[in-house]
Order: sequence, then C-alpha cells, then structure tokens
Amino acid sequence: MKPARFTYHAPRDLGEALQLLADHGDEAKVLAGGQSLLPLLNFRMASPEHLVDINRLPDLSAPRRNADGWTIPALARQREVETSAELAADVPLLEQALVQVAHPQIRNRGTVCGSLAHGDAAAELPAAMLALGATMRVAGRRGEREVPVEDFFQFHLTTAIEPDELLLEVRVDDLPAGTHTSFQEFATRRGDFGIAGVAAVVGLAASGAVTSCRLAVSGVAPTPVRLTETEQLIVGNVLEPALIDAAGSATQDEVSPTGDVHADAAYRRQLAGTLTKRALREVTTKASLTHV
Amino acid sequence: MSDTKTRTPMIGASVRRREDHRLLTGTGRYLDDIEVLGAAEAAFLRSAHASAQIVSIDTAAAVQLPGVIGVYTAADLAPMQKAIPPKVVHPDLRDVPRLPLADDAVHFVGEPIAVVVATSRHIAEDALDLIDVEYEVRPAVSSIEAALRPDAPRVHEGAKDNISVHVVQRSGDPDAALADAPHRLTERFSVSRGGGHSMETRGTVAQFDENTGQLTVWDGTQSPHYARNMLAYLYGMSEDDIRLIAPADVGGGFGPKAQFYGEEAVIPWLAMHLGRPVRWIEDRRENFVATMMEREQVHEVEIGFDDAGKILVVKDVFAHDQGAYCAGLQVPMITLSTLPGQYRIPNIHTELRGCYTNMVPTSSVRGAGRPQAVLAMERMVDRVAEHLGLDPAEVRTRNFIQADEFPYKVGLTFRDGSPLTYDSGDFPLLLQRVLDKIGYKEAREEQAVLRQQGKYRGIGIATYIEGCGLGPYEGAKIRLTNSGELLVTLAAAQQGQGYETVYAQIASDAIGVDMEHIRVAGGDTARIPFGQGTFASRITATAGPAVLEAGQAMRERLLTVASVLLEADDADLEFVADRICVRSDHEHGISLREIAQVSNIGKHGITMKPGVPAGLETVSYFSPERAAYASGAHAAIVDVDPETGEVDIVSYVIGHDCGSVINPMLVDGQVLGGFAHGIGNALYEECFYDEAGQPQTTSYLDYSLPSAVEVPPVELEHVHSPSPLNPLGVKGAGEGGTIPPPATLANAIEDALRPLGARITEVPLTPPRIVGAINRALSADRGD
Amino acid sequence: MSDLATTTDEQTVTVVTTVNDVKYVETVESRLSLAELLRSRLRLTGTHLGCEQGVCGACTVLVDGAAVRSCLMLAVQVDGRSVETVENLASGDQLNPLQEAFSKHHAVQCGFCTSGFLMSATARLREGPINSDDEARECLSGNICRCTGYAGMVRALVEVGSEEAQSERALSDE
Repeated sequence: MKPARFTYHAPRDLGEALQLLADHGDEAKVLAGGQSLLPLLNFRMASPEHLVDINRLPDLSAPRRNADGWTIPALARQREVETSAELAADVPLLEQALVQVAHPQIRNRGTVCGSLAHGDAAAELPAAMLALGATMRVAGRRGEREVPVEDFFQFHLTTAIEPDELLLEVRVDDLPAGTHTSFQEFATRRGDFGIAGVAAVVGLAASGAVTSCRLAVSGVAPTPVRLTETEQLIVGNVLEPALIDAAGSATQDEVSPTGDVHADAAYRRQLAGTLTKRALREVTTKASLTHV
Repeated sequence: MSDTKTRTPMIGASVRRREDHRLLTGTGRYLDDIEVLGAAEAAFLRSAHASAQIVSIDTAAAVQLPGVIGVYTAADLAPMQKAIPPKVVHPDLRDVPRLPLADDAVHFVGEPIAVVVATSRHIAEDALDLIDVEYEVRPAVSSIEAALRPDAPRVHEGAKDNISVHVVQRSGDPDAALADAPHRLTERFSVSRGGGHSMETRGTVAQFDENTGQLTVWDGTQSPHYARNMLAYLYGMSEDDIRLIAPADVGGGFGPKAQFYGEEAVIPWLAMHLGRPVRWIEDRRENFVATMMEREQVHEVEIGFDDAGKILVVKDVFAHDQGAYCAGLQVPMITLSTLPGQYRIPNIHTELRGCYTNMVPTSSVRGAGRPQAVLAMERMVDRVAEHLGLDPAEVRTRNFIQADEFPYKVGLTFRDGSPLTYDSGDFPLLLQRVLDKIGYKEAREEQAVLRQQGKYRGIGIATYIEGCGLGPYEGAKIRLTNSGELLVTLAAAQQGQGYETVYAQIASDAIGVDMEHIRVAGGDTARIPFGQGTFASRITATAGPAVLEAGQAMRERLLTVASVLLEADDADLEFVADRICVRSDHEHGISLREIAQVSNIGKHGITMKPGVPAGLETVSYFSPERAAYASGAHAAIVDVDPETGEVDIVSYVIGHDCGSVINPMLVDGQVLGGFAHGIGNALYEECFYDEAGQPQTTSYLDYSLPSAVEVPPVELEHVHSPSPLNPLGVKGAGEGGTIPPPATLANAIEDALRPLGARITEVPLTPPRIVGAINRALSADRGD
Repeated sequence: MSDLATTTDEQTVTVVTTVNDVKYVETVESRLSLAELLRSRLRLTGTHLGCEQGVCGACTVLVDGAAVRSCLMLAVQVDGRSVETVENLASGDQLNPLQEAFSKHHAVQCGFCTSGFLMSATARLREGPINSDDEARECLSGNICRCTGYAGMVRALVEVGSEEAQSERALSDE
C-alpha cells in the first residue's frame, strides 16, 4: 500500500500555493493534516500528480476571535480546537463533535478545515458545521469567496471547492444566550464514524419554548442534512417528552437513508430518530441545569 | 538424586517473559526488520474478479518501467506449478487444484496471478498498475445459500455441483430417537465470515546461495517444517537444501499463517532463478482479500428431549463455506466433533456439506470451527430450558458428563480417525464455580426487578470442550553448548506465546538447573529436522512432554559424566548454579562448561575416559495417544438497548480448565487474548462480499477489530483436571477464550429480549441484527 | 528495504529532522512515509506497519511531543521537527516505569503492537494521571492488539498512571 508517484510542493506563502493549484488544478491535491488524504494515497484510490503541502503557510494555525465569533483557519488542528477552553465556552458543539472524531492520534494531525474539505458523509464535523450555520471561505488565484454551509457539501466526498481552490477558513458565530447544543452519535466502536449522528443547536426562551432549532444529521444521505420538518415541529413549543418522541418519529419520516456493510436503511432510519430524541433530551437537561 | 537445596519448581510459576525486553524496547526482529543486502522487492497482481477466465496478461509496459527487474506469470513458473495439497482430507473430498499462481482461470478476488520484482515496493506497485489483464468474467457464487442453489454457477468448471465433501457421523439411532422424543425443537443458526487479522501480515524473504546449493527462506509461518516440506515437494529439492526460518519474533498467527500459500512458493523460486534475494511483505489490503478466513457456516439443528430436559438426541446438519479451494477440512471436521460438548447424548447425527464459493479459501482461525458448533448446541440447550420453563443452568447440569466418567467415549470419530474420547474434566464443578462467581442467583433476582422497570437485562451461559494437543508428534532437542549453556531447540515457532520462557521453565525442572543457564530457540528447520507447527492449541501438550523427557535424559547424562570425572556416585551429586558438585563438599565439583569440554570437544587424539559419553545432546519426539480435551464455561450479564440494539456487557466470567499449568500468567494471557477474538467474532467482525463476489470489507474502516473499550473486563475461574495423556498433565489454552462468547452472548441477548420474543440466530450479533430481530418479533405479534 | 531508487528519475526531497535527540539529514523519495524513513533509512525498526491506513496504531510515534500515525505522514513532513520513537524510552538496558509495568502485568505477547501502545500511552501520561480502568481503556482505544485482550495493559496503565506514581516520578526527575 504505497502511494503512486507525485511531485511534492511545499509553498511558503498562500499566493504560491494558489498559483500551484491554478497551474495543476485537477491533478493536484492539498495536503494539510493528511489523515484522510494519506490513506487514499496509500490505497491508490487517489493518485494526484502534484501534492501541495500547505503546512508551511504562515498565520493559518491558530483559531482567532472575529467580530461575531470564531475563525478557524486551514491549519488549525482538530486537537487544538477540541481542547480550547475559549472555543468550548463559545461554541460547545465543536468540542462535543470533536471528541467523537477517531482518536487523539488522528486529531493531533487532522485539521478542522481538512475534514470539511474532504466532505465524508459520515463525518462528524460537517454535520456540526451545518447545525451551526457556519460560513466557509474558499480561496483561489481568482480571489476569495464565501460559501454558506448550506451550499458547501454537495455529495459524499464532494464540496463546493473547485480544483484550483482551497478551504482557507471556516467561521462560526457565537451562540445567542439561551442556546444549548448536543452531538449524539452511534458508532460501531469507540472512535468510528457514526452509523448516524445528530448535531443539535437549540435556542430556548425562559418559558422553555424553543425559539430556534437547527438539527443536522449525518449518515443518512450523501451529505449532512437539516431536519427541517422536525425543526418546524419543535419551534415555538416546549420540549416535553411527548414532543421529543414526536420529533423522533418526524425524523424517521423525514430521512431516506441507504444501507451498507455497517447497517441497513431501516436501521439507520430508526437510529436517526433515536439520536434526535437523545439530542433534544440532552438539550433540555442542560437548559434545566443552567436555570437552577 | 535429589538436590538438598530445595529448588523452587519453575513449572507452575508465573515467571516473567524473557521475550519482553526486546519487544518493549523496539529491538525485536520481525520479518520486515530482517535486512538482506541486495534484496529486491516483490508485489503480486491479484485477480480483480471472483470467477473468470484469464484471456491474456500483457506485462510489456510493466517490464519497461525503470526499477523493475522482471514480471512473471504462471507460465514462467511452470516447473513448480503443482497443486498445493489440502492439509486435512477425506476420502470423499472433491478436491480441485490450488496452484501457486493462477494460470488460466481465477476463482476469487485476490487470487495471485502475476508477480513483479523491482528495486522497491513502491516501484513494484507502480508496475502492477501497468499490467493489463483481459478477463472473461463468469457469474460468481458468494454465499453458502447461493452455492447450494441447484442452478448455481459452478465455482469449478465441469463440477456437477458446488459441494466439496459430504460427511455424516452418527452414534446410536438418531432418527428413531427423534421420532420417539417427547419434545422436539429446531432452529437455524448462521455465522458470518471473518479473519484472523494478526497485527503483522504475512511475508516471505528468500535467498539462494549458489555455492552451497542452499535456499534460505524467512517466513512468518506457524509451521516451518510443513512449509519447508511443501517447498521441497514443489521444487523437487531435497529438504536438507531448504532452510526455512520463522523469525524469532512473529506478530501473531492465529491460524491463517499455519496454511501454505502460493506466494510462499513463488518468492523463493524467484530468488533462486534471479540469483538475487527477494522480499515480499504482504500489506493489509492484500491481507483482507488473500489471507485465509473462516467461520461462515449455516446450521440446521434439531434436538429431542424429555420432560426433565434430558437430551435424548441432537441432529445438526450444516453447510460450511470452503471458499474457492479446499485448503483443508480441519475446520468443518472439528465442528462435527465439537457439537456434543460436555453432555451425555446417546444419539447424535452430525452432517457436513462443504461448499465451494468464489471467495478466498477458509481454514483455521482461532476457534477453528468450534465456536459454530458451540453456538448450535448451546442455543438449543437454552431453547430446551425455555420450552420446559426450566433454568438453563439446571438443564445443563442434568446433562453433564460426570467427573467420574472419564475417559469418556462420545460415540463419534475425531479428525485423526480415532474414537472421540475426552480424557479428563469436571464439568459440573466448572459451571458451578462460574455461576457462583457471577452471582447467578442474585443476577436472576435483579433481572426480574429490572424487567419490571422496562429494562432489558439478560443472562447467558455456554459450555464447551476443546480438542487440543493434537499429534502426530512434536519434538525438542537439548544440547549442552560448548560454553556450558543448555540450549533447548524446539521445532515449533512462536507468535507471542512465550516459548522462550515456558520451555525454559520445563527444562529447568527436568534437568534441575536454574533457568538462567537455559536458552530456548525454535522455528528453524536447520536446527531440528522434524516438526508439525503451532496451531490447534497443541504445542504445550506435545512439545512440553518432549522437553521434559529430553531434559530428564540430559540430566542423567550430565550426572553420568560428572560422576565419572568427580569419581563420585550419582546419588551423591547435586546441581549448584552452573556446576555439579558432591553434596557433602561443594568445592569438589565441575562446571557445565568443563563437562562440555570433555564430552563435546574432547582432547585431540586422546581416548575418551571410560564411561563418559561423547556429545551431550538429547532428543525426544512426543506422540500423544490421542487429543486432549480442555473445557470451559462462560457466563455473561448484559443490558440491551432495544432502540439501538446496543449491547452493554455488565459482567462476564470465564471458567477455564486446561489441565495442569506451566505458567499461570501466560495461560491467563492466552485465555483473555482469545476472549478478545471471541468478542470480535460475537459482536463486531464480519466480512462481506457482494453478489458478484467482490469483497466489500477491505479495510479497517469496514472491518471492526475490538479495542480496549469494546473488550469488557472479565473474571477468571480456574479448574485443573490434569490430562492423563502426557506426563505434565497439560492441555491447550490458546482458544478457550474464543470458543463460547458468541453462544454466551447470543443466549444472554435472547434472554434479555425474551419479553419481546426476539429470536437471536445470526452471528455476529450487531446492533442492526438485534433491532431487526426485535422488529420481526413485534410485527409477528401484531400479526403483520 | 530498498535503497534510494537510483535507476529512476523519481523526485527526492531533503529532510532535516531530530529523532530521539539525534539530528539527521536525509534525502528521500518524496512519497516515502515517516514510518519508512524511521524503519528503512534510520534502521529504527521498533516502529511497525500494521495497516498503513492509520487505524491499528502500530506505527504511532511522537512528533513534537504529539502522538501521531507515522504511516499517515510523509517523511518530508518532519523536516524541522523532532520525532520520538520507542527506542528512546529505555535508558540503556533499564526499562522505564511504563515498559516495566507492561512486562510485570503481561501486557505483551507477540509484541508487534507494543511500541505503538507505548508511544500512545507515553503521550497520554505526559498530559496527566490515569485514575481508573475506564480512563486506561479510553487511552488504549486508539491502538489495536490481537493477542493480549488488553487486560494487562489496563493494569499497567493504572499502576504507572496513578497520581502517586506520577508525583513520585516527578520528584525523582528533579
């Protein structure tokens, strides 16, 4: 399982990197954390002629505050984001999702943006970003552009990034007061991709009524998807047990999964419903704790 | 002849392993660590189709690639392309030739069809991409069910069907007993394919010395002599010209490495004919498709019993997935003879149909056919209990063979052709200890309470016997080296079992010398001429007695030499450190080194002193009269989440009887290590092939090996029923942990879901399967 | 293991790295992995390749103190970085407390996975104590063993990872 040959490039600044991508387009792949790319190379499922290693690009490692929230640049390692107390305070969903991603040995190298750019339909971070309403910033020789998360994931392993572009950073806004999050996943083993996963970002009024609800599910479609019908069922109501059960059923009705070696479609459908219920229950538990 | 200073016996002591130091410091030497200067690297082109005619193989572009030394197909290897015989056969076996490299037809995805030799593995793989193969694809068969359909495509051209062998074993009159039985139950059980997945893959490194005519092969095999003999046969060479060495460190075996594969014949051949050493280290992707697997079987079981739950008759008709070739019949034959287990069953019918399929061949993987038989029997015992409203432990107890009934003739024939006879054991005691340890009575009470609360808690039990310590023989040599060290040479190769430690323990007690003066080596056909291999939990019970006997003989010889040289009586001598001295005067003694000087080396041209034997080496080959039987009982308490099918193992107890124990710590290690395989087999590991025979699980993203989070903590209970079949009283310990977990957990899960009426019949017991079983039961309730 | 493919025109890169406190300057094929650099070029064969897809963990080493899969890094990616492998744990012949505990608790059988476990555990223990079996199993979950069933490893980690054991070692390091 040795990779095919490639020409390795280690650009020192963003302009150089983007020029390389412009020159080689389809025949180039970006190397950041490499935790998704290297296995593909080793299996020869990908044989790009050029590898553009962006690890030497300056100023792309540290997550930073912006006016409305956080900017996570291309080289921010998953482990760094996971263990940042500030990020956990402002956007807890990220840490909740990240601890489910593989194992620390992978997260030490893997980048948040890398996982998003890879776009695996079963991955945790894409679903989390969808629930957060994140904004991706994509850069190419022609310039930079913003892509809302709703337009970013197009198919399993396919995103809005063009061959001559790279994902420069992702922006997540601070959560409004009274917002609680949960990431629920069921995986075969500790650290595996979830058979399905639900990321929930739920705003609750003092009365307990849901003011906002974003539910993103992974593992039931070629991209993470919003459970818009389930969300509509919930918004404006209090998350009592009966409503939570109804939300679970609504999720089952809303999704159209397919089966694979890990699970059949019927199981995935049922699981998505169960995970929605668990996410909503966790949200209500957190809400009750903060109101004590 | 006893030593006045009381020696602490080494046998029975939990001595720390000598192997540990190098393995912990990264200084072990595994196959890929061996550096052979000037070696070229090989890579195999493997069939992309499950069933096809090879129309042409165009290697022109591959040969041209800079760095490629050559590209070879079956045609280039013609002189050695003979069929590799199956390891275990049957007179009725319809065998088909398995060639080292497939020539005009391929029968499974992954079958090797060509090989590239290059200056690096990277370049060899580059060259593989340039080889153009034209296939005429044929329909494939990728399950037992598909293989048995009357209109199924034939795996092998011209065959009348896909059956490899049909074997029936009977005792008593099962048909009459079934007809007359007051109660009868039937069920169908299935177990999926899975692999051994040692952390080190396979590999072969070969070097030929033209000057000496000697071929040296390093190979991660579990059976060096078997592999060496196979090479001698395929090449038409004398076995003395082939030295096959299993490296001192091999990263796990578990059965797949005990077989002989085409690659192992191709690589040394290339080394001989290229005049340059050649290395092939299998990668994990190859391991997934081309290393032998096991486990897929479908059982139709019928059991007849009376009102008291006494088993009157059991009939098990099962189909076994052979894969594309028959690598050996040992696995299904073991299933046949494992079925009756610990019970006295007067009428038995076990029937095997081996099926060819277009998948990689199957052969032994830890457990080797026993888990499937245990699943079939133990699930039915639980169903008997359910039917009669009796406790499952009570039903077992009523049917056990008792401790005073040994040797016990089961009524069937074992794979070696002898009457299946259990040597020793105490089944009632074993189960009782396990039930006490898990708190069975309290667990049932707690289960009732939890059920009231709507929780799904279950308790499962499974018992088993394990044939081990198989013949025909195993051997050991002990030699006093010229430096005064005692060298024990085993034919057997190890893959983590701790032979360097365990056999030094036995030799230490046999000779009466401290372990520090003893060294153990093995796995090298040049150092000892005959051997069988490490598989089927056999080495302790065969090599152990051989070392004991050779050690006792060595002790006598050493004392003989010392008595002559010291002019003292044998009875007045004792071993002290590395010397033999007169008991009453330790100054009057002789070192082992000095003894070697006299006996091994001698004085040039000078007559040996009368009474002193020349050359201090002893050898012993131990042939057991028949297989020994280890036994065990497992119990588990589980909670099942009916929404997700998740199984939480609350408590697990293993009861284990492998007779006498040489190193208790190492035995526990084998049991617990085997248990991890059992958990994998029971809950996680499954290989899928699609209808075209394309493997769907080809990486660790798809195939789940249990980690420390998935393997639950276990409590161990030990019973010791020494075997009368060897002087050490030992049996085997390598597979006991693996054999019953699927049955134990299947019983526990069905017990947990009894309020819902879910029936558990398919292994592995994955969450989707459990939820499926629940949904089927619920819809049956609703009359859907 | 092959030497540099001199007969081909494959791209090579220069890697300047410190491995176990020794500086190396090596010219390697650009597609060579870190694991291969360590094993073939530097002959540090204690790091093993079990799957080449980052799952089994047998290849785990420390890069700038962080546990990583050396099969999923290119050799060139440790240019300017420091690497620590299993060969660095013992002092001469003296096993360190983690290695000693592994032997004492029979946490080693075939040994192929052992170096990966030792490096993963070393990184984890530098972050803080391990106070329970569950924490030990969590730490171990990123590596696969097919021989031991993990029980011995759990005992070893709990022993060396306890607060007392850690503070004793800190005192003796002073």
